[in-house]
Amino acid sequence: MSTTATSPVPGKPLKPQQRPPHPDRNRKPAVSAKPVTWKLPVTLLVLAVVAFIVFGLLGPHGTAKFGISSGGDFFQLPAIEVPAYLAGIVLSVIMLGLAGYAMVLKTKNVRPPRWLPVVFTVLFVVSFLIWVVGGARTPSISLAGLIAGSVTLAVPIVFGSLSGVLCERAGVVNIAIEGQLLGGAFTAAIVASLTDNPYLGLLAAAVAGALVSMVLAVFSIKYVVNQIIVGVVLNVLISGLTGFLFSTVMQANKEMFNSPGRLPIIEIPVLSSIPVLGPILFKQSVVGYLMYVAVIVVWIGLFKTKWGLRVRAVGEHPQAADTLGIKVNATRFWNVTLGGAVAGIGGSFFTLVAIDSFTKEISGGRGFIALAAMILGRWNPIGAFFAALLFGFADNLQSIVTIIGTPVPSQFMAMLPYLVTVFAVAGLVGRSRPPAADGIPYVKG
Amino acid sequence: MSENNEPRRTAVPDPDRIPAAQSPESLATDAEIETPDVEDTAFVTSLDTAGGAMQPSAVPVSAQSGTLPGAEEPDSVLRKIFTGNGVVTILAVLLALILGGLLIASTDKVVAATSSYFFARPGDFLSAVWSAATGSYVALFQGSVFNPRGSGVGGQFAPLMETLTIATPLITAGLGVALAFRAGLFNIGAQGQIIMAGILASWVGFALHLPVGLHLLLVLLAGVIGGAVWGGLVGVLKARTGAHEVILTIMFNYIALYFVRYLLDSEAFQRPGETTPISPILDPTAVYPQIFGSQYRLHIGFLLAIAATVFVSWLLNRSTIGFEFRAVGANPKAALTAGINVPRATILVMAIAGALAGLAGVAQVAGTEKVLTDGVAATYGFDAITVALLGRSTPWGTFAAGVLFGAFRAGAVQMQIQTGTPIDIVLVVQSLIVLFIAAPPLVRAIFGLNPRKKKAAPAGKSPKAATTGGAA
Repeated sequence: MSTTATSPVPGKPLKPQQRPPHPDRNRKPAVSAKPVTWKLPVTLLVLAVVAFIVFGLLGPHGTAKFGISSGGDFFQLPAIEVPAYLAGIVLSVIMLGLAGYAMVLKTKNVRPPRWLPVVFTVLFVVSFLIWVVGGARTPSISLAGLIAGSVTLAVPIVFGSLSGVLCERAGVVNIAIEGQLLGGAFTAAIVASLTDNPYLGLLAAAVAGALVSMVLAVFSIKYVVNQIIVGVVLNVLISGLTGFLFSTVMQANKEMFNSPGRLPIIEIPVLSSIPVLGPILFKQSVVGYLMYVAVIVVWIGLFKTKWGLRVRAVGEHPQAADTLGIKVNATRFWNVTLGGAVAGIGGSFFTLVAIDSFTKEISGGRGFIALAAMILGRWNPIGAFFAALLFGFADNLQSIVTIIGTPVPSQFMAMLPYLVTVFAVAGLVGRSRPPAADGIPYVKG
Repeated sequence: MSENNEPRRTAVPDPDRIPAAQSPESLATDAEIETPDVEDTAFVTSLDTAGGAMQPSAVPVSAQSGTLPGAEEPDSVLRKIFTGNGVVTILAVLLALILGGLLIASTDKVVAATSSYFFARPGDFLSAVWSAATGSYVALFQGSVFNPRGSGVGGQFAPLMETLTIATPLITAGLGVALAFRAGLFNIGAQGQIIMAGILASWVGFALHLPVGLHLLLVLLAGVIGGAVWGGLVGVLKARTGAHEVILTIMFNYIALYFVRYLLDSEAFQRPGETTPISPILDPTAVYPQIFGSQYRLHIGFLLAIAATVFVSWLLNRSTIGFEFRAVGANPKAALTAGINVPRATILVMAIAGALAGLAGVAQVAGTEKVLTDGVAATYGFDAITVALLGRSTPWGTFAAGVLFGAFRAGAVQMQIQTGTPIDIVLVVQSLIVLFIAAPPLVRAIFGLNPRKKKAAPAGKSPKAATTGGAA
């Protein structure tokens, strides 16, 4: 059983070579038939032209100032001052060049390299940032603060998207991330308050997330209820349950039930004073460090171990996996449960790190952003991590933009992650393909 | 290691063997390929749920009817008569109410006090549990249907009018969700569709000043178009790019929410002299007239909701286009083979679903609220999903479910005032109802309705199916 499941090429997604003439195998025949489409070059071109006109030609003439070092750093770097107009022109011309390169590749029917959209995105974000800051009333922001804040805001999103990756790689759609985060946040607050120990709260959050996930697993695997229905309803259930208990129990005795201590920020002596990187990597709470660990562990687990190969097999082709002796539904059940535990830890961020009490709907839709991050990251833990960072960045930028006063309405900044996701799922920013058996219940024949 | 007994049987529909044995047929339609291995429930299930050509999001037909996919054997017909869907629905509601009552009781102060001497006088405890739960539910009933303390008949039935007022957007938005379900699409976007409809309808309502009749008509039209465009856009993206409509609609909800927040912050929409994000009040010519005079909030939006139910009922059951929708929902692949334009049906069904949700948005801004705020959709868009699920995606079922949830919503306000039970309990009860309805075997098991012989049925079935499969 163990030998048959190991593929000769670990780390590569399982691609069944000979697929049966099965109805759902040919879901997207049109896309797989022609490998190189016009979508990417055209999208890049449109974005580059927009960047050229808005960030370049119509861009602000001021100077954008980006502070790099903060006071406590052990060596100081000078702030970067960028002439906004020139930078806008230069960066957008490079973007135009990249779009042109993609077009040339398309005419040769060559698939554009994977770095191309990534580099393009980075350039776009940078020129956008320069444009926003350059046009602001006070054209100066701390880059270190911006990035550190983005990472902090991204923590629950990263955990949530890891939960999504774990579930969907095994073939169970997890819309209930929001509920798992909320359940984790609530339980963390209540347990940490009762025991006066935030670490126990963290543990309890993981258990709570796992329990929420188990409901999803039982209903979608044992009772074969549509997974999306269960997920949507679970979100409502957890929202109602935590809201109800918050109003009845927590409000009545705030001291006893809703005053969890905060998890301390652990600073690693010398390393934390490295400019920019120090605060991100070496000045975090336990939850923050756990985030990095979780991303790496899940990535190694899914792509470098026997367990991961089996999980992916179950998510891609459960029948084949079953034939090889992998217990499909058991694998799915435990993966969903594990995913819930991971999301639960992420939920504890709200009540143990960000602020030290629970309020209704404290997760504020981050579970759905996590879902988007997972898709944008193409069901890969590392990809999901960076997508979550992007969303955290947009979230953080939104509040900074309001402070420094730019012409861009903050609501549009808030809208950005969702717009990006729409573009991503519509296949305009690279094609994202879910695991083949994602959302399809497996009933043993 | 129980699977190790199976390989011989699972090997029968071996991917390599089917094309070899059936090569001429395998080139034909999928339905024909599927015939030789009927015993393979996985095949049947994946056909049922994945549907085929479109994305896997297609809601399985069996999930709509609430029965187990893969369990659609002939013998289940008998079982359906005994423990039919109606019974399961009622039991699911009952079970959810019981669990909700226990939750209320568990946080009740009297219950907590009596539980400390439970072993001395268990009667006190039990009566406290009973009174806590029933007290809340009585208040709920009085707040939603009939209040004996009201002044006169009009006052006594005022709660019922409030129920119907709140039910109006639930019904129409629920119809939108239900219609999309029937076409195999999971429309979570009612929230955003309501908001976009609200934006357009309210703008026509307060910015244009038109004669009576025409103004309201334009408000209605603007709202319906707003919802239809927002829904139809999802349909277009889904049909053209194959993007998952669940993700799209969730994202569109947020985009609509931030868009309305932006507008309410702008000069065009913010009420002059206000700092809070609120629009001017709609012109009197632009609002729905009240049905029973000004003492109730019930407006003709409710009559439109009834009309919409009739329309959807006709559309689904009597019209060609509705047949296409259902065909696409049942099996997009087969629908495509039968010559149905699946992308067109996808776009159309999402647009109509959006229009129906748009009707809910109009009911909010032109009926109940008379202004636009960023809370225009409240939670109606999400409640609409549970309404459609409870109504099993049938038009009149959705109507009834909308009225029931409207009653919960209306009564919960009264319940919170009278007994201090938070409104959130309604969310718990609602979601439990839907969960239980989605899993009939669970409900039957809890109430002991699962006959013992049912356990034997699948076991006895497989060899039989295997032999017929072998014969074929």
